[in-house]
This record gives sequence, C-alpha cells and structure tokens, in this order.
Amino acid sequence: MDLFTLIVLLVYLLATGYLGYQGYRQTKTATDYLVAGRNANPVVMALSYGATFISTSAIVGFGGVAANFGMGLLWLTVLNIFVGIFIAFVFLGNPTRRMGHHLDAHTFPELMGKRYNSRFLQIACAVIIFCFMPLYAMAVIIGGAEFIGPIFHISYDAALYVFAFLVAAYVIAGGLKGVMLTDALQGAIMLAGMVILLFVTYSTLGGVTAAHQALTDLGSKVPAPLAAMGHKGWTAMPAFGWAAPGATGPDASRYNLWWIMVSTIVMGVGIGVLAQPQLIVRFMTVKSKQSLNRGVAAGGIFILFMTGVAFVVGALSNVYFAKHEVIACRIVNEQVLLDPGADNKAKLSVVAADASEDVTKRSKSFVAYHLPGETDESPLHYILKTPATVLEHGVNGGPDHIKPGLIAIARSVTAGTTMQGNTDTIIPSYVSSALPKWFGVLFLMTLLSAAMSTLSSQFHTMGTAIGRDVFETISGRHSSRSVLITRLGIVVGIIAAIALGKAVRGNIIALATAIFFGLCATSFLPAFLAGLFWRRMTRSAAIASILVGFLSSACWSLFVNGKTAAGLGLCKALIGRDTLLTSSCSPTWAVVDPLLIALPLSFLTAIIVAFLTKPPSPEYVRYCFGGPKPQ
Amino acid sequence: MQLGMGDPWVLLAYLLSIASALLCIFYGVANWNKGDEPVKPEDVKWASEEKAEVEEVIAPR
Repeated sequence: MDLFTLIVLLVYLLATGYLGYQGYRQTKTATDYLVAGRNANPVVMALSYGATFISTSAIVGFGGVAANFGMGLLWLTVLNIFVGIFIAFVFLGNPTRRMGHHLDAHTFPELMGKRYNSRFLQIACAVIIFCFMPLYAMAVIIGGAEFIGPIFHISYDAALYVFAFLVAAYVIAGGLKGVMLTDALQGAIMLAGMVILLFVTYSTLGGVTAAHQALTDLGSKVPAPLAAMGHKGWTAMPAFGWAAPGATGPDASRYNLWWIMVSTIVMGVGIGVLAQPQLIVRFMTVKSKQSLNRGVAAGGIFILFMTGVAFVVGALSNVYFAKHEVIACRIVNEQVLLDPGADNKAKLSVVAADASEDVTKRSKSFVAYHLPGETDESPLHYILKTPATVLEHGVNGGPDHIKPGLIAIARSVTAGTTMQGNTDTIIPSYVSSALPKWFGVLFLMTLLSAAMSTLSSQFHTMGTAIGRDVFETISGRHSSRSVLITRLGIVVGIIAAIALGKAVRGNIIALATAIFFGLCATSFLPAFLAGLFWRRMTRSAAIASILVGFLSSACWSLFVNGKTAAGLGLCKALIGRDTLLTSSCSPTWAVVDPLLIALPLSFLTAIIVAFLTKPPSPEYVRYCFGGPKPQ
Repeated sequence: MQLGMGDPWVLLAYLLSIASALLCIFYGVANWNKGDEPVKPEDVKWASEEKAEVEEVIAPR
C-alpha cells in the first residue's frame, strides 16, 4: 500500500468517525427524527436502506458470478428493484412500521412473537437468525478481503483480519447507531464508485452497444464445462429445459446452469430480500408513509447503480480481460508447471523439479511474474499460459508486458485455486487491472462503505436475536445481563463470520448469500406477510409455516440438492449415496433450489393450518392492527 | 435494436432493470406529498426505546 492509498483511507475513516460523532452529538439518528416527529431526508433514508441492502457480497460476489454466467443475472437486478424496493417500500413498509410501533416490537422475531402472541415463535425466529446470519456476514467479509488483499499486497488470511478489524472497530465505535450522516456518506461513496466504474468500463470498451456486441462475439470462448451446463454466451440466457429421468453424461447436466441462475440466484435473493430481518426493522425507523413514498425514487436509482452496474461490468470484464488487458510486470519465469491433481479438481500447486512423469504430464503451464514495486521476496503471481498468451520483454529497463488473452474465469485461475477458478476475485482483479490507481482507492472506500453499513446491521440483528429475543424472552425481563448477552452475541457473530471466511474460500460469496436469503424467505415470508395482511392467520399456522419452511429447505439441501448434499455429506453417511435421487428421477432435481420447494410448502402450510385451527381472538387481532390492548 | 445483446431475454432484463428504476422514480415523485401522518405517542415511545437500547449496547455507562 502506498502513501496515497494510506492517506485517502485515513481521511475516509476520520470522516466516517467525525460524522458519526457529530451525528451522536447532534442526535441525528433515524430514531431522533422520529422522536422529534419529523421526516428524515428521503434521499438519506433511501441511501441508508440501500447501503444496508447492498454489500460487498452483491458487488464483488454476484459481480463475479455475472462474469462467469453472463448478463442473464440482470433478472436479479429487476427483482432487486421491483421486489426489493418497489413492493417492499410501497406495500410492506407502512404496515410493518405501524404494527411494529403499536406492538412495541424492536426486532423481527419480536414482531412475529407479538403479532402471534407466542414466545416460542419469537425464540424460534431468533435462533434461526443467530445460527445462519454468520453465513451472510461471512460472504460480506470475504467480499472485502478478496479486494484488499491485492491492494495491500497481503495474503488473503491477513486481508480477512484487517478487514474484519476495520469493520469491528467501526461497529464497536458506534456504527450500530444508524447515524444518518454516516449512512449517507457511505451511500454516496458507493453511488459515485459504481457510476464511475460503469462509465469507465463502457468507454474503455467502445460504448454501450459495441461493448455488448464484443461480449456477444466472445461466445465461442465459453469454457467447455460451462457450455456442458447450458452456457450459451455472456449475453444470452442459459439453455432452459428439464433432463429426462435417468439421463446420464452431457444429457444430465445440459440445463443445470439455467436452474442454478434462476432458481438459486435470481429467485433466492430476489424474493428473499422481503424477509430479511435487518431490512424489515429499517421500515420501523421512518415517520410515515410519505417518507417511504419519497424513498422509493432514490432507492430504485441506487439499486440500479449497485447490482445493475456490478452485473453489467462483471460480464463485460470478459471483453477487457480477453482483448484489452496488458499486465506491466517483471516476468520471472515464462513456463512454470502447476499441478491440478489427478482429478483436475485439487488446488493448483507448483510442480517440484523431481516430480513424476504422470504429474508433469497432467500439469498446466503458467507464467510467473512480479508486479512493479514488488521485490524478489514477494510471493509470485501466476497466470495461465495458453496459445493466445503474448509475452513482451521490456526494452531499456522498461517493464515486461503480458497480454493474457483470457476470459474472466480463466484469468482467476492461479496457484491456490482449482482449475475452475474463483469468481470472487474477478471484480477485484478487474478494478486493479483495468482502472486507474486512484479509482482502486475509491473502490476500496466503496467496498468498505458497503460492508460496514451491512455488517453493522447484521451484527446488531444477531446480537439482539440472542440478547433480546432469546434471553429476555426466557428470563422475562430486560436487565444488564441481557445487554451483556447482546454484546456477546455481536462478538460471537463477528468471530463466527471470520472463522467461516477463513475456512471456506472460493466461489462462495454468492452461494452463501443466496442460501441465507432463501432460508429467510422459506422460513419467514408466509408468516410475515400473513401477519401484516391476513387477520384470519393463527399462531399455530405461523409456527407450522416457519417449521415446515425451515425444515423442508434444510432437508432439500441435505438430501436432494447435489452441491449442498454432497458437500455436507449427511446423506452419504446415512444411505451411502450423495443424494436421495435415484436413476428414475430427473437429474435436474439436483440443481433445483430449496426455495422452489420449501416456499410453496410453507405458504400452503400457513393457509391450510390457519383454516384448520381456531381463529385468533378478535380482540387480540384488533390490537395487532391498531386497536386497544386487550385486558 | 438489440444493443449488442445475443438474446432478447437478456435485453429484456437490461431494459426492465432501467424501467423498474424509472417506475420507482415516477411513483416517488407522484406521491411525494402523500401519506404524511401525525406522529402518535406510540411512535415516539418506540423511537425513544430503540435509541436507548442501541446506545445501551454500544455505549456502556
């Protein structure tokens, strides 16, 4: 890290700290506006909501997935804006605010518990949140760590600790207060960073249509494993269909990509946002429907420039890497062999000089180099060497140049990854390679802002889940001990997220986020929506719906979904096969997301059980919808 | 005009992303002055408690 980067970083951190302090002194938090009976600035409100909604996960993780799968991911942006902003603000925001204030509920589990008059429900929701939210927090932290590693020239593990330290310091120093000026600063930096990223990318690649056309023309470079899953190019949707029962070989997997993209990524995250506990609570901090109406406009624009830009730029990075990238460096070795293992799936490692012929034969060629400013002792960078790779040696002491000619995912293959590459490093590589250095620093601020605003909400939600919703509900009172447990919950959440981030690396950000969003949707969405809009909904129906949604989602992940079932291994331990699917089933079932099964089941359970059980007391229902508290 | 896209479904997603944002803008502007409500005592009570609780967690006395 050079002096310029350090100075900008310090100025940013000081500005965040100063605005936080000012906000604290002048009491300009969202709740202060409400106490004073005033509308908060709608742009600030929307930026604050958007900054919580959008994290490094969306920008780095899902941007990287778009680089691999293509612009079809823009369907997620459509849902992000239409469902996550329009439907959420216009239809859910105000009823949530009214009910939350009337029932004096301060967390999502508390809202559920009070709406259905059930302590069990409150505790169950809190336990699900506390156990699974670290997965999402992990995704956000990895998103930051993958970017700052190359900027600081430090290892991934060190980057993980540095990033977690910055965020933890921010959270502990008061980032939980939701100071509006800080949120607005972070939202504004994110917006500026993404607007510049889009503008520079399109102008580098010759304009909107030319850039898209160049990406379309790259279609023949889709890697064979992705083409076998139905990838038809980066500006086309994957092949849609359903494999015949018992299909094997290429016939079994040719529609997998469509189902992964649409059922897991687009629907899981696009719908799951409606049931995100930390976002639902945000609605309670606004004064009136008017604030929400005004916030819709700013929110729509903000999300368009966050996920829309990340997905477009992610996909277009293929054109840059394949046709424009030139790495100025010092070539150390033009031909290094890296071993991908006998099954071609192991982490790549440098082949020893005395390796067997088998190992040498299966190994792949790489070029090893150092970047300017690095010493002989710095770890080497490795880039895949193909017939398209051009190496130019510098003249008169000038730097050497490598023109890799690789698409984005192949560009991410290096020592330590598998031959499948790592989508999580694509956006960081693109920003550091394609954009000017000053932008790298601005983008670092963008990611820090995106991560801090989301993580502070996540950690607060985890802390209150265990302190307020579990401990206080069981003990029956608020005490210094419950505050202590909330704080411990925050610390445990931070540690769990870091530990997970250290344990799993590579192609994980989008998957972990989608799992958490999907789980929230299947578990909470029917009970939450019915709680707001359906007076006939009963306590038993809410409990049944949450349990059925959660358990069916878990069972599908453990026993049917190919990737998660094989990864977790419970099915194999019990019945000796990776999944329950037999040869008489279509292999496509293995890539259908749990959401598509569990969400309809959860809704159906809610409706059926509600009609089978005794209606709730009319006095209590009236109370939930604004009436007096029953005696 | 396909804007260089290889598939009308992806072009549709590209255009719908922008259209959704425009919908949000039109809705926000059209309803800019609608929906104001007086603050009730329960709103103030909720906000005061929320503030106190958050501060209690992060700023021990």
